Amino acid sequence: MKVKDLALKDGFEVINEGDFDREITGAYCCDLLSWVMGRAPAGSAWLTVMGNMNAVAVAVLADISVIILAESAAVDQPAIAKAMQQGVNILKTSKPAFESALLIHECLS
Amino acid sequence: MSASVLQLHYDVPGDDFTRAGEASSAIKNKLKQMGIAPDVIRNVAIATYEGEINMVIHANGGTIDVTIDADAISLVLKDTGAGIPDVELAMREGYTTAKEEIRALGFGAGMGLPNMKKYTDEFELKSEVGQGTEVNMKVYLKK
Repeated sequence: MKVKDLALKDGFEVINEGDFDREITGAYCCDLLSWVMGRAPAGSAWLTVMGNMNAVAVAVLADISVIILAESAAVDQPAIAKAMQQGVNILKTSKPAFESALLIHECLS
Repeated sequence: MSASVLQLHYDVPGDDFTRAGEASSAIKNKLKQMGIAPDVIRNVAIATYEGEINMVIHANGGTIDVTIDADAISLVLKDTGAGIPDVELAMREGYTTAKEEIRALGFGAGMGLPNMKKYTDEFELKSEVGQGTEVNMKVYLKK
């Protein structure tokens, strides 16, 4: 499944379109940045409530396919600006992280 | 092989979370341009970013020197910060001294140094209290 396929699903809102043709390889839920750096496999869709520019930096460096802000968590303006500059995909959903991850898992299997 | 050696130098500004990650991103882009394998780039990116964040949080900045030769990417991270009193404790997953406001940003998981060790093939940390910290890491290009 590509990021654009997920973006079209019900309940997902596009915050920033980077490379929407990026393939999603799995889902990973966590809000601690170093934990994500160390554990999230490359290509993961990352479900978090951490909408700051450091999260964007982690997504770039750990090769995350898309940041998904769960439960409509806020993303600040500097983070959006950095995501635009670095081509990082960001989506937002009102669903909790677990439900979103489950949905992604179902789409992938 | 001296002709193929490439050296890069970056200054990491202290206490500026808005710029944290800039050096690591620049290194990542440079390695991409050179056609280095994606898994090697990812390992280097994770190790440098964790180091960069540590320098911003704990040491008021520092420097990153990258040397790329035919066999490996060598990383030297230096700061003149407070130093680490107990390196063995600092290397333990989950141990952190980051303040509450830093933790609110999503940092301070106590995974920085362990991640640097995990994602590199060689890792050496020298630290002296009151003098600073130096981390030497290598990621092999040929396994």
